[in-house]
Amino acid sequence: MSTHDDGSGAHMRVRRYSGSARINHWIVAISFVLLLLSGLSLFHPSLFWLAGLFGGGTTVRWLHPWIGVVLVVGFIGLFLRFFAQNLPERTDWVWLARIRHVLKGDDEYLPEVGKYNAGQKFVFWSQSILVIVLFVTGLGLWAPGLAYVEGLFGFKATIDQLRMAALIHAGAAVLAITIWIVHVYAAIWVRGTISAMTRGFVTGGWGWRHHRKWLRKEVGHDERSRVTPAE
Amino acid sequence: MFPAIPNPTTDKSNARFGEKDMIRRSASTITPPAKRQTEVAKLIDVSKCIGCKACQTACLEWNQLTEEVGVNVGVYDNPHDLTANSWTLMRYTEYENPESGNLEWLIRKDGCMHCEDPGCLKACPSPGAIVQYSNGIVDFVKENCIGCGYCIKGCPFNIPRISRADHKAYKCTLCSDRVAVGQGPACQKACPTQAIVFGTKDEMKAWAAKRIADLKSRGFAKAGLYDPPGVQGTHVMYVLHHADKPQLYAGLAENPRISPIVEAWKGVGKYAGLALIGLTAAAGVIHHLLQGPNRVTSEDEENAEKLAGGKS
Amino acid sequence: MSSLGPTFGRGAMTNSWTDIRNTDLVLVMGGNAAEAHPCGFKWVTEAKAERGAKLMVVDPRFTRSAAVADHYAPIRPGTDVAFLSGVVNYLLSNDKIHKEYVRHYTNAAYLVKEGYAFNEGFFSGYDESKATYDRSSWEYEIGADGYAVRDMTLEHPRSVFQLMKKHFAVYTPEMVSRVSGTPQDRFLKVCDWIASTANGERAMTIMYALGWTQHSHGAQNIRSAAMIQLLCGNIGVPGGGVNALRGHSNVQGITDVGTLTAAIPGYLNLPAENEPTLESHLGKRTFKPLQANQTSYWQNYRKFYVSFLKSFYGTKATPENNFGYDWLPKLDVAYDCLRMFDLINQGKTNVLICQGFNPLMAIADSNKSAAGLAKLKLLVSIDPIETDTARFWENHGEFNNVDPAKIQTEVFMLPVTSFAEESGSLTNSSRCISWKWQAADPYHDSRTDVVILADLFNRIRKAYETQGGKGAEPLLAVDWSYKNPAEPSADELLKELNGKALVDLKDAGGKVTRQAGSQLASFGEMRDDGSTDGAMWIYTGVYGPAGNLSQRRDNADPSGLGVYGNWGFSWPANRRIQYNRASADPEGKPWSERKKYMFWNGERWTGPDVPDYVPTIPPSQATGPFIMNPEGVSRLWVRGLMADGPFPVHYEPFESPVTNPVFPKLKGNPAARIFQRDRPSFGDAKEFPIVATTYRLVEHFHYWTKGVHMNAVVQPEFFVEMSEQLAAEKGIKHGGWVRVWSKRGSVKGKAVVTKRLKPLTIDGRTVHTVGLPLNFGFIGVARKANPINGLTPPVGDANSQTPEYKAFLVNVEPIVGPVA
Repeated sequence: MSTHDDGSGAHMRVRRYSGSARINHWIVAISFVLLLLSGLSLFHPSLFWLAGLFGGGTTVRWLHPWIGVVLVVGFIGLFLRFFAQNLPERTDWVWLARIRHVLKGDDEYLPEVGKYNAGQKFVFWSQSILVIVLFVTGLGLWAPGLAYVEGLFGFKATIDQLRMAALIHAGAAVLAITIWIVHVYAAIWVRGTISAMTRGFVTGGWGWRHHRKWLRKEVGHDERSRVTPAE
Repeated sequence: MFPAIPNPTTDKSNARFGEKDMIRRSASTITPPAKRQTEVAKLIDVSKCIGCKACQTACLEWNQLTEEVGVNVGVYDNPHDLTANSWTLMRYTEYENPESGNLEWLIRKDGCMHCEDPGCLKACPSPGAIVQYSNGIVDFVKENCIGCGYCIKGCPFNIPRISRADHKAYKCTLCSDRVAVGQGPACQKACPTQAIVFGTKDEMKAWAAKRIADLKSRGFAKAGLYDPPGVQGTHVMYVLHHADKPQLYAGLAENPRISPIVEAWKGVGKYAGLALIGLTAAAGVIHHLLQGPNRVTSEDEENAEKLAGGKS
Repeated sequence: MSSLGPTFGRGAMTNSWTDIRNTDLVLVMGGNAAEAHPCGFKWVTEAKAERGAKLMVVDPRFTRSAAVADHYAPIRPGTDVAFLSGVVNYLLSNDKIHKEYVRHYTNAAYLVKEGYAFNEGFFSGYDESKATYDRSSWEYEIGADGYAVRDMTLEHPRSVFQLMKKHFAVYTPEMVSRVSGTPQDRFLKVCDWIASTANGERAMTIMYALGWTQHSHGAQNIRSAAMIQLLCGNIGVPGGGVNALRGHSNVQGITDVGTLTAAIPGYLNLPAENEPTLESHLGKRTFKPLQANQTSYWQNYRKFYVSFLKSFYGTKATPENNFGYDWLPKLDVAYDCLRMFDLINQGKTNVLICQGFNPLMAIADSNKSAAGLAKLKLLVSIDPIETDTARFWENHGEFNNVDPAKIQTEVFMLPVTSFAEESGSLTNSSRCISWKWQAADPYHDSRTDVVILADLFNRIRKAYETQGGKGAEPLLAVDWSYKNPAEPSADELLKELNGKALVDLKDAGGKVTRQAGSQLASFGEMRDDGSTDGAMWIYTGVYGPAGNLSQRRDNADPSGLGVYGNWGFSWPANRRIQYNRASADPEGKPWSERKKYMFWNGERWTGPDVPDYVPTIPPSQATGPFIMNPEGVSRLWVRGLMADGPFPVHYEPFESPVTNPVFPKLKGNPAARIFQRDRPSFGDAKEFPIVATTYRLVEHFHYWTKGVHMNAVVQPEFFVEMSEQLAAEKGIKHGGWVRVWSKRGSVKGKAVVTKRLKPLTIDGRTVHTVGLPLNFGFIGVARKANPINGLTPPVGDANSQTPEYKAFLVNVEPIVGPVA
């Protein structure tokens, strides 16, 4: 078919994410959003009303760390699933060098990329690091968690260390949110992307346009399971 | 002798200060009253303190707190630190003065200093959980406290503690309930030697000056008042024999101020963070408006199908 | 009390708490006022802050009092006499005394009769086999006129003044340092400061407590201090005095009212076995003046005694039956607590009633006490709290390791109201009687002490009435005419102590001065013919015709000297400073404007206080200010009034790390109270090289508050204080567990390693001291501990029989703590 309208549903479909990967992603995503909302409520007074979404500040105080734990566990899953495809390649530098074209949507001027382009890899690695930072500093702000860790390792955190933890936690959270915005925006801007995480499939054209190397690999490998011909 | 504070009348009188006298409220913007109340202060004269702990027990009694029976760990300090129930604590330091060759047993009553620039309030994310009245009292409002413990990080004196029972932050209230009816704090009332006196901040400074003159006459050349400017002064002040070395007194902060880390976190950090988030979001919107969506074209689909077809 | 009485005439704090604020110099020694009397100590901080007074503390430990002191001097426990005698020597040899005061207001000028001697620590008259002194050689030379001979120049070699100079010369600063371990510079600074008050311009107050009394020579410690104050002229003046700080709010009241073993209320004596008749008792005590024109107030002893007997036996007391004197028990020996527990251990006593008393904790040698309790048939504990004594039979592991099955003693606990649950009066250290009103309902079914005792009395009397029995007569003779015999009210009892006229009292002119039935306004109204009663003469006036003055609460202080004359009632006769006539010179003028108090205004004695003197006696009559003493003056030399000598002597504690460096032949106080059976329980320095001393902590009240949660919070657990050096020597860790043991027992506790205790060099040797707080036991909410008196020796003071809790020998070792 000649139409470029995804909605017609007449295109070739390529499997991008398995069901378990998608569930894993959404666990992390929901956790992240909850953490973002609850965290922001304590970040600035003008956002304290967000605590109301959770039933008040007290709930936020104990719930936020536990959501954090869920996110960390989920994120470990994502990391194990995806880190191999996120290892840097030489083409990533070419891609980055042509970032102006990326922003313009001129994909034809970009090198063929695999499952993830350099931007996505940046999101992956920076969030991986930030999750670690947020988890560690978050422990410093979480009384029971801190007590447990202090007991485990036999030390007593100083007030200054905890203050630093608070500062870093806030800073890391801001970065994580910023990157998350980029991530979400990219998914919206690059039409046809969201279905990868909702239904698990993208169109062949999407693959061709944005991740041609990946598409080549996909069609070359296991067409039965991953590629569904156009009807 | 500092004149005794007369007993309050038994008439039901209105509290002498209340919500209308708030000058700061955590995580809130308020309009402070046009006229500030006379600032009050508690003066702790370390040189008169005999370490009897009457203040500690008076605090427990008045505030109906129950502390645990602990153990001895080789010192007179009991409990060993401030807790959610022990809002004040005698801290004992043995100091061999190299100048005089004398042993000095320095006994300091620790507790909230009621800073003019309260770090706890600055750090607190919960609206109205920490308030500052125009008479200088910094009070925690339990109903609004969410137990996050940010006040601990904000405090330059390491004073507030979170209760393990109800997960709320606690510290000395300067007996705001007593002061509201014209009384001094319970610790002051219980102190047998007037090592603790209470009055207006000006009265306390004048009284301290007298005490400092006495200490200087006894050879403590560096005696002085501890009213640290780094937090714009406090409403609990100390008379120290060695005002040049507050650290001697169980680590009393040398030059306390709200930690730069906390300032960064709660000051510029808040705005920078929000700005970054906002700008990023805005950049996305603008980009989308300017650039429009990045759509897959039908050629892309065809190319893909060709690729797939060619292979099959 | 057994040294202040012989020195000044009355055995109580000379000044008042509130007067301490008038002082220029405070010596806290033999006590730790900040720790044990924090509320009274406020007057010390006041004097410091308002008058620039200086505070000196002499103590084995750098105490809470020392924390606010201007000068601290360490001392080895049990060597206070040596230290203070050193001060006496300093004052005498440097001529830093208040000469006129000493000449006119002390017995310095009196001559001691020939025959008195002092050799190698022993006074003349010592009987080694009985361990007592024949005190007859310690008396004055009596002149032909019947009065004691004086030499007002103080030059006569047998004058008290010259004897003193000789007696104290041995206590040089070097000797003091050798004995007490006090560095000479620190000692000399104390001397120097004390000397600065020997002039009538400045005053020193001495505050002491059990740190002086609880020694085998405790009374002599206080004697030494009293002598210093007399040499400086610091008795009877504002801001002066020898101030005995009492432990409980009402210990003064307890002592006044006659719980001393050989006394009846008001410091009158119980009859002794060799005083079968009233006359034989009174004859010895109705002291005739030893100088012309002296008051010698004890001449009135007869009036007080008869009034007491009238209160006791009412109408049954008649001149014919010696006012009931014959019914009073006649003492063979003093039945103090050490003796009682010795008798219990011998099986000679089988019932013990402990009323507000926890002897298992309180008496020296707890193991002996515990063994004794187990021999009793019946133990009754009348107490507001559950005492360790009442649970002595219960096994508390290593803290009270007994086998209940082997103890047959039947124990009754009678719960009694606490002080706040009943109305009545308290008498504080200042001798001030203050009424307190019931503030709370009695806890559950507890009853007041009075109700319990009245019930007991009425039942026993009933039993004798109906069944008869040996010695029933005295019991049936007792006057028990209270409105409600089952519950005499506190009001009635205080009235009874005060006394009333039984018939119309008339003056010499026949005019009625006090109507029959009316309360007496002063003990001056008491008569010896049975026309007045009054159970305790010293309190007379507290509940006179004007009503119950102990209820007065007027804190006006017009003189600004802290007199508060209309607050409560201070015995005797509402005097706030005793012997206050001595605040003026012999001519009746104040010694100085600065110390102006009582003075002669040309017509009478006046000033802010009640004169301790007949107010109309002019100075020209040369009546002495110490009106209780037949001399009219105070006693630097106490004659035969003390069992262990007319002057203090440095005696080592019974357990001492060294041989007495001053008098090597002396082994402890030669007249101390000690039972032969207990001799083997004393340890020596070889086995027990470390000195130990016991004391109270401000966080607790005796053994009571270990059962109070809040007190336990602020001081939860028994500990042992020791120097860093001793800890290092023994390998003891700060906060680690240690065992401390003496020849008699063993305790375990946490080590508080501190700079506040330092090893001292005694006679060339290093001597360590450990400090043992006494507030912990096995009953209560504070952590369990062994009774500290398991370590202390059963030896008592020669005069007061107070045990030697403050200086004994132990050893210390680190241990692995008990399994929690």
